Amino acid sequence: MLFWQILIDGFAVGSLYALGAMGFALIFGVSGVLNLSHGALMVAAVVAAWAAGNDLHVGPYAGAAIGVLVGLVASLVTYFAVVRPLQNSQKIREDEKEIFILTATLLWGIMIQELIAYFYTNNAKTVSPIVGGVINIAGVRTPANELFTAIVCWIVIGVLWLLVNRTRAGKAVLAASMNPRGVTLLGIELPQIYIAVWAIYGVLIGVAGVLLGMFLGVSSYSVGPLTASAFSIVVLGGLGSVSGALIAAYVVGYLETMTAYLISPAYRTIPALLLLVVVMYVRPRGLLGRR
Amino acid sequence: MLKSQTLRILLIGLAVVVAASFLPLGVSGYVLGLLTVAYYFGVFSMAWDLLFGFAGEVNFGPTFLIGTGAYTAGILDNLYGLPIWVCVLAGTLAAVVGGLILALPALRVRGPYFGLTTLVAVLMLQNFIVVDAGLTGGEIGLTVPDVLTISEVVNYQIALWFMAVSGAILFALSRSPVGLILQASGQDDVQAGALGFNVTKHKLFAFIISAFFSGLAGALLVFYFGSASIGTLIDVTVGVQIIIAAVLGGRRTILGAVLGAVFLIAMSEVLRPLGDLSNFTVFALALVVVLVFPNGFFGLLTRHKESV
Repeated sequence: MLFWQILIDGFAVGSLYALGAMGFALIFGVSGVLNLSHGALMVAAVVAAWAAGNDLHVGPYAGAAIGVLVGLVASLVTYFAVVRPLQNSQKIREDEKEIFILTATLLWGIMIQELIAYFYTNNAKTVSPIVGGVINIAGVRTPANELFTAIVCWIVIGVLWLLVNRTRAGKAVLAASMNPRGVTLLGIELPQIYIAVWAIYGVLIGVAGVLLGMFLGVSSYSVGPLTASAFSIVVLGGLGSVSGALIAAYVVGYLETMTAYLISPAYRTIPALLLLVVVMYVRPRGLLGRR
Repeated sequence: MLKSQTLRILLIGLAVVVAASFLPLGVSGYVLGLLTVAYYFGVFSMAWDLLFGFAGEVNFGPTFLIGTGAYTAGILDNLYGLPIWVCVLAGTLAAVVGGLILALPALRVRGPYFGLTTLVAVLMLQNFIVVDAGLTGGEIGLTVPDVLTISEVVNYQIALWFMAVSGAILFALSRSPVGLILQASGQDDVQAGALGFNVTKHKLFAFIISAFFSGLAGALLVFYFGSASIGTLIDVTVGVQIIIAAVLGGRRTILGAVLGAVFLIAMSEVLRPLGDLSNFTVFALALVVVLVFPNGFFGLLTRHKESV
């Protein structure tokens, strides 16, 4: 009984983490940017979906669409207003840019967090789910929403896989993540690829955010933990490896769910963090990392 | 040449500190209180700058070191009622040990990985404090029975001279041969290693020094506030403020960090009428400075001097 419960809950949580972390891995793989405003962008998408349902009284589908749209816009704004100026800056030494982007995106994330707290308070917000009701699986009463979350996650991951492996633009993105210079030699504009990747990232965090909002709910306090979980999943899987991130997301999802059920919800995030430290020590490049 | 310039900057710094020590004659206790906090934050930022500006390692977890020092000192005082100086000493030691435990795995990795490890350390510490609420006071915070002194002026002078001494030591260190080796390791560790310098050993040294001053300042700050809490000492936002202070003041200058810290505290005071939006405005300003003015105030000043 408890076994099935953990199996099902962990799967849903893992799928959600996978979706959130894949965009993060994609951005790093293609442009070498670690976006520390990740959690803030996700929370912004959730709050938008919540506010649309609460203040504008739109239906759950329209609310979700608004959430995803806000995720997309926020992601593009992050790229154009924060990341790109630093990448093109003449005043910063090339080898220091990474650090500047880390600091600037962290600042940007906190700004978004403060704004959300100011306009919508620090209270937890739960987006009204698209599907309601409870389904009985192997004796476990599972909210249908939980299944819906896992299914949507996998559909989006599948679409992303097709996009990257089967379309021309997607292949260019894949190539850019392997060898940026080679791609420019082929006459593909790197900045356009960056824009495409940030747009994909925006949609991914938008969807992941809205699903998270329906499943667990978020508050402006979730910003730090969300960024940290994406970051640790990506590092655990190997920076830049999307499939590594996928596996790591389930490892973390199950570890957290098991801790919450078997020990105490208060300790939920600790084992995953410990695992991360161990992996960094034993195998710094992560499970499937190259280099 | 370099020596005389170092000496001159230290003398100018001393003059500024002596001038600042007469401030209690002219300004209100409220301003003194603000400055006292700003000076402790200045030490945090200087310790951070040694690690980033010189060793080239971005430490997102300055608050891990600070928090370890602060909570160790606070808990010891709470449980056993030891004299303050014993608690402060123990806190500093705990921060150094914590720094070592953090640095050993973290220094195996570089760049963003190092940053992440330090960020994770902060989150873990935060988790443990919340979970062990019985010992640490959890999310509400820890109250200690003793304080350094209740006199605003004495507190101010302690903070000022503590900052001055720490600043002088850190600055002299950064200008010493060890500082040069650190800088070389930060910029190109392969070449520095090829020249025969033990890069890891020097970085570890920088980390320990950084941990020492962070822990010491953190422990002192607990006995100034009379309390410790996640929100004031450990939260990632606090760490970001320390980093911003160093970047605003100018990286690789050590002393600039103090200017940045005073500026930040003054700024949030000036912007207080904005209410809940004041934090947002401070961060937005900092972001603008990072984007258009990446060398900070002090960076421009000294660069100008060197070219003259």
